[in-house]
Parts: sequence; structure tokens; C-alpha cells
Amino acid sequence: METYNSSNIKTLEFDALIIGGGGSGMRTSLELAKSGLKTAVVSKVFPTRSHTVSAQGGITCAIASADPNDDWRWHMYDTVKGSDYIGDQDAIEYMCSEGPKAVFELEHMGLPFSRFDNGRIYQRPFGGQSKDFGKGGQAARTCAAADRTGHALLHTLYQNNIKEGSNFLNEWFAVDLVLNQAKEVTGVIAFSIESGEVAYLKSQATVMATGGAGRIYSSTTNALINTGDGLGMALRAGFPAQDMEMWQFHPTGIYGAGSLVTEGCRGEGGYLINAEGERFMERYAPNAKDLAGRDVVARSMVLEILEGRGCGENKDHVFLKLDHLGADVLNAKLPGICELSRTFAGVDPVYNPIPVVPTCHYMMGGTPTNIHGQAYTQSNGVDEIVSGLFSVGEAACVSVHGANRLGGNSLLDLVVFGRAAGIHIQEALKTGGGVANADRDDIDQALDSLNKINSSNEGFEVAEVKRELQSVMQNYFGVFRRGDYMEKGVAALGDIREKISNLHLKDKSMAFNTSRVEALELQNLFEVAEATAIASFQRTESRGAHARDDFKERDDENWLCHSLYDPIQKTLNKRDVNFAPAQVETFEPKVRTY
Amino acid sequence: MIDVNIYRYNPETDKFPYTQTYSIKKPEKDIMLLELLNLLKEQDSSISYRRSCREGVCGSDGMNINGKNGLACITPISEAIKNNKIELRPLPGLPVIRDLVVDMTEFYAQYDKIKPFLQNETQPPVQERLQSPVDRDKLDGLYECILCACCSTSCPSFWWNPDKFVGPAALLQAYRFIADSRDTKTAERLEALSDPFSVYRCHGIMNCVNVCPKDLNPNKAIGEIKSMLLSGSKKENIIASDGMS
Repeated sequence: METYNSSNIKTLEFDALIIGGGGSGMRTSLELAKSGLKTAVVSKVFPTRSHTVSAQGGITCAIASADPNDDWRWHMYDTVKGSDYIGDQDAIEYMCSEGPKAVFELEHMGLPFSRFDNGRIYQRPFGGQSKDFGKGGQAARTCAAADRTGHALLHTLYQNNIKEGSNFLNEWFAVDLVLNQAKEVTGVIAFSIESGEVAYLKSQATVMATGGAGRIYSSTTNALINTGDGLGMALRAGFPAQDMEMWQFHPTGIYGAGSLVTEGCRGEGGYLINAEGERFMERYAPNAKDLAGRDVVARSMVLEILEGRGCGENKDHVFLKLDHLGADVLNAKLPGICELSRTFAGVDPVYNPIPVVPTCHYMMGGTPTNIHGQAYTQSNGVDEIVSGLFSVGEAACVSVHGANRLGGNSLLDLVVFGRAAGIHIQEALKTGGGVANADRDDIDQALDSLNKINSSNEGFEVAEVKRELQSVMQNYFGVFRRGDYMEKGVAALGDIREKISNLHLKDKSMAFNTSRVEALELQNLFEVAEATAIASFQRTESRGAHARDDFKERDDENWLCHSLYDPIQKTLNKRDVNFAPAQVETFEPKVRTY
Repeated sequence: MIDVNIYRYNPETDKFPYTQTYSIKKPEKDIMLLELLNLLKEQDSSISYRRSCREGVCGSDGMNINGKNGLACITPISEAIKNNKIELRPLPGLPVIRDLVVDMTEFYAQYDKIKPFLQNETQPPVQERLQSPVDRDKLDGLYECILCACCSTSCPSFWWNPDKFVGPAALLQAYRFIADSRDTKTAERLEALSDPFSVYRCHGIMNCVNVCPKDLNPNKAIGEIKSMLLSGSKKENIIASDGMS
């Protein structure tokens, strides 16, 4: 088929370009829609199909509804502690203090929050929440719309973007960043999925709002579309990624589907068994057994699988046994799990065990940014802003989540920093900020990956390579990590890179060719996976979600810092954590216990 | 073995659509139809369909399954297989882009037309607008719509007049804002629906209720709108439904 170059594709010019139509992208676009700047949201799915829609529990924020004395500083304390002290305190301060404004705005836009009797927004307790800096007991700080808060939030944002007349390029797929000679970002190469038409989308500000990449693992709660496209593009362009070793897991996700199975199953007396039918948790945690900490349980599960005692044809999961509890108990106490298991595992827990695996849930790392969403790179250890490039939401690492995110903080992150980026971009562009033009060669270079995949006549199958990649990540970089295993994993990824560079796109057609999209998504997944692998291997300590068996302790002396992955050298550097909030005293690192 | 008959059409190569039969070993586990499609796509990467959340909340994979609209990701193949066959066709009544992918422009245009956003001209307070739990309950069964289009594309009235009849999905959302105690444009919203087509082309066929994968009831919402238009009944008289269907 035709080789694309700067002369045979069209150029569409914008002031600001937002890649991704989920919560963070649409909050950014909403801010920009009011500014009069020429903006477009480029989304590979119709915006309400974005993964924000799957968020359930709520949006955590000190709006002082459940408790009139609630204080954003308490929320900040919880978040800093939850991050295991590598969340940036200036950013956490900004999120927690600006949060109420952002939540009230959502309510004014029409978000159908649940309500207390007094008419105020309903708030529920979530994990890691406290009053009075950990001294006042459990707080209830998560604002909810039943258990569909993400759906309500995403639809409300889309509706208000309609109201403000935002411009959407729906079902357009962004392939790669375009960089000028000064290494400023001048836009992206993208194509319409419907027609296949390729274009250079030129912009003064390019915002990556592309969400997470949970699909690097074989088991994830994430949507099929969560392939880390923005981060993949940034890494291919040579920009660094921060804290990529920090992935949040849940011990019991349904094997294959990834839907969550509550810890309450084990609370009711259920337990995990391996292929030999052995209740293996008795070996790992003789006292608490299956009710040991989530990280301990998840780690034990992975060890069983790695040592060949996993269940099923591929020996890659274990079973959660519930049948001994009897139909009455199961139907009375765990009806939701029974239904979920029947729907998504094809298993009735009354008779058979549920196949489960530790399930990837959230990417704490991402493109490093400041609170305005401006992307950073480093030059000789010194932070430098990347002109033209912004990142918000799960794709970004601002960093408010550090080594471990608290429940309900992701939705707050989306709206607070989406809004902040929108405000910053309009001010910057109105005062003359902007980037120089890219020349023809620059644009041609950004067309490379698309041309390469389009011209492939032979090579590796996308579905096969994807399965291989996910299996390596699942087995070597899961909940539990160990140097010798990770070394094998890094080597395996080296082999997979060869295949990634030689994928075969059989179907070269133009109209709604989803196989082309899937091939390009796989390339993004690979970039994210490699960054994750190298960062995990090199952070020689355990902190938050990064649990290493060979380095069991937190090492503040050497690792009270961000990791910064350099995709060109494939090395890991260190970057300072911000300990200088503006309005409150620094929260000093302490031993983290709950 | 089961036969999966898929509607195929690629505008670049096909003059007419046709049905392609894929024979596949019936999976031992009762997987979802979406997973079956993913398996078929590994054999034939040219099959095109939309998908995202794979758990029934994003509304991407609405399609016509053995003659009835539904979401592939929450339809077990045990429900879909009839006489060892599964018939998959695009949602009816909308132009086909390719295979199971339809052009939803008209569907979204109807959604945009009902002004699907809260309108309230009063200055918002510093904090949230208050809403009683009773008033909030009136939105249950309405706001949960995922815009999958299963309902509107099963509606003969929408097939006939997709440009003039708003259709069940968008009417459900029209009522969602009419019913919201915080919205002050009730009269204007009703006025906009008072022509002979927008709402009155609904003849209570109830296909929308039969197919909704979220168990919502657009027919009931449409009835409420008609009742408000005809009898001039007021927003204050809206009663929360104890589950819409």
C-alpha cells in the first residue's frame, strides 16, 4: 500500500490537542472549550466508552459533607502516607486543597451524586482514610453516585463538552508524536479508524490523556483499550517515564476476565488451593492463612504458579474454593460473587472453585509532570520542561499516588489535573507560548511506525506476541518480584522486542480496520512493559506496591525518590521527590502501618 | 462444533454484504460472545467490531444476536447458541461501516438534540446544589444508560424516522433532565418534544424494554413525557420509580 510522507497526508491545525476522551481528557477539553482556542479531543473510542466509565466506588475529597469538620490536610496526610512517601507533596497538596472546587463543579454540571438526608453529597468510608492526621479514626471521604461514580462522572463530562461545543475527533487513533529539531512536540500523526485517512494533527500543545496500560498483564481489571498509547508514544520519542515499577494489584481477580472477587469470600471461610488441591496459604502464613495481607496472599499465589503448581492447562492460575460453605451461605452472603462467577468464569461456586489470579488494576507511574500537566524530561540530572507536551490522569505521574494509590483518588486526580492543565494551556497560549514548526523530515520520521506496519508482508502474529508479552509480565513482574526472576523477564522482553519490530499486519484495508489498531496498540504495550520491567528490576527495595522478596525492606537511604526510566539508554535514574508543600508543614517519612 | 454466521461487509472490496460462516469448536467453558469473537478474530483478523470495557458498562459492543439486540460482552454463548448456530448482525437500522460496526451519527445526533446536560440559570452556590434523597431517587433507572443503542435500533419507529423521532435512548435522557430537581428548563425541554414526531412516534411497541442490557425502561419514561405534555402535569409530581422495569 501507499507509503505516507509529509506531502501526501493532510495537516489539520489546532491550538491544543487532547489525546484521549476519558475523564482527564474531557476535563481538560471542557476548560479549553470556554477559552475560544481551537481544540480537538482525539479519542480512539467514542468518549463514553473510555475506561473511566468502569470506576465504581467514588471520588475522594474533603468536601466536609459526611463530617462538617473534615479537612483537606487530613486527606493530604492520608495520601502522602498511602504513597509510601514518594508522592510529591506539592502536587498532593494541590489536589487535596483544590479538590472540593473540582467536585462542586461536577455537581453543578449535573453529576447525579447520591445524597444524605440534608441534601448534601453522600460520602462513604474507603481504605486508608483517617481523621486528624491518622489520630481521629476512620473518615468517610469518598463522594459517590451509588457504585457507578465513574459512569456518572464520564457521562457528565461528555454532556458538558456537548454543551460547550467541544470538538471531537472520535474513533481517531494517534500513532506517534511529531517532534521538531528542537525536540519540541508539535502534534501527532493520527488516522481516522472509520476511513483510514492519515493526518498530521499539528498543535501548540499536545495533551496525553490516554489512561493506563493494564493490558500489559494477562490478568487485569482494565478495559481492552487500556494499552498505554500516550506513554508508548512518549517513550518511542525518547521522553522518560517515572515510577513505572509501581502497579497496583488485587489478589483475587477472575482468571481470564479480570473481574474482581471480594476478599469477603475468604472472610466467609473460602480458601485458595493449587493444582494438587493443597491449601497452600498454610505454608506461607501459618496463622492468618488466606486472610493474610493482600500483598502476602498475592505473592504466595504467584510463587505457586512459578513453581509449577498452578491450575489449568497452562498452569497459570489457582482456585478459590467456596463449595464447602454450602449453597445457603453462598446465596445469602455472597450472591454477587456467585453471579459474577457464573457470568465471567462459567463456574458456579456452589459446586466448583473459582479460577483466580492476582489482577493488575492501576498504573501509578507515567510521564512525569508538574501540577500544570507540563511534561518533564531530564538533562544531566536537571528537570527540563518538554515544550508542547502535557500529560494528565493515569497516563501522567504528577505524582500524587507515589508507590500506592488510595481508593477514590484516581477520579479526583483526573478532574483536578485535567482542569489545571486546561487553565495553564489557555494562559500560556494567550501570552504567546508555543512551539516552532516541524519540518518535512520530522513529519516523515513520525510516520515510520505506521509505514512499517503497513508494508509488512510477513512476520509475527499480533495476538500471539501480545499473549507472550502479557504472560512474561504476569509471571515475572506481578505483585511479587525477585531479582533472578526479573532478570529472566527482562531477557525475555529483549526477544519479544524483535517480534514487536516485525509484526505482520495481514489486513491492509482502510475502513474500520481494527487489526491495524491492535498492532499499534501492542507496540505501545511493549514500551510500557519494558519500562516497567527495567524499573522494577533496578529498584532494589520494597515500597508500596513494589514488593521484592530479595529486598524486603523499604530503603529510605537509597530509594526515597522517584525512578526515572530513560528509554534511549534503557537505564534507571533517580529524581527527587517534592517535600515542600506551600501551605502546610512537610509530612516526614514514617514507618507505614495501618 | 458450532457455526457462527457473521454479517460481513467491507466497503473497499464488497459490492454487497454477505454472511460468512465460521465453524469453531464449542469452548468447554461458557465464555461470553465477545470472547468468542476475539477468538475468531485471531483466525481471521479482518473481522471488525467495537469493544472496550468487556463488562457491560461502556456500551461499545451492541449487536444483533440471533435477531435480538444485546451486548456481546455480557451475553454467554450458551444463551446465544440456537441449533448449534449463532447469527451475528450489526445493529439494525443504521448504516453499516464495516461488518458489525454501524455508523451511529444519527443516534448521537438525537442525543445531542435533547440537550443532555443540566440547565440551571441561577448562580450556583459555593458548594453543591442541595438535592433531597427523594429527588435524587427520581434519577434512578434513567442516568445509568450506557448509550449502546440496543433500544433505539430495535425500534421500528426509529427505523422509519431516525432523523425526526428522538428514539428511546435519547428520550430516556430527555426525561432524566426533566426529572432532575436541579434542572430549571422543564417547560423548554417539553416544548422541544411537542411536535408530532419527537416523542409521539413512540407507539409503545416495547422492543426497547425487551432488549435493554441494563434493564432500564425507556417506554415508561416516554409515557411520563407524554403525560406531562398532554395533561400539563408538573415536575413536582414526578414519583421515583422503584426500579424502572
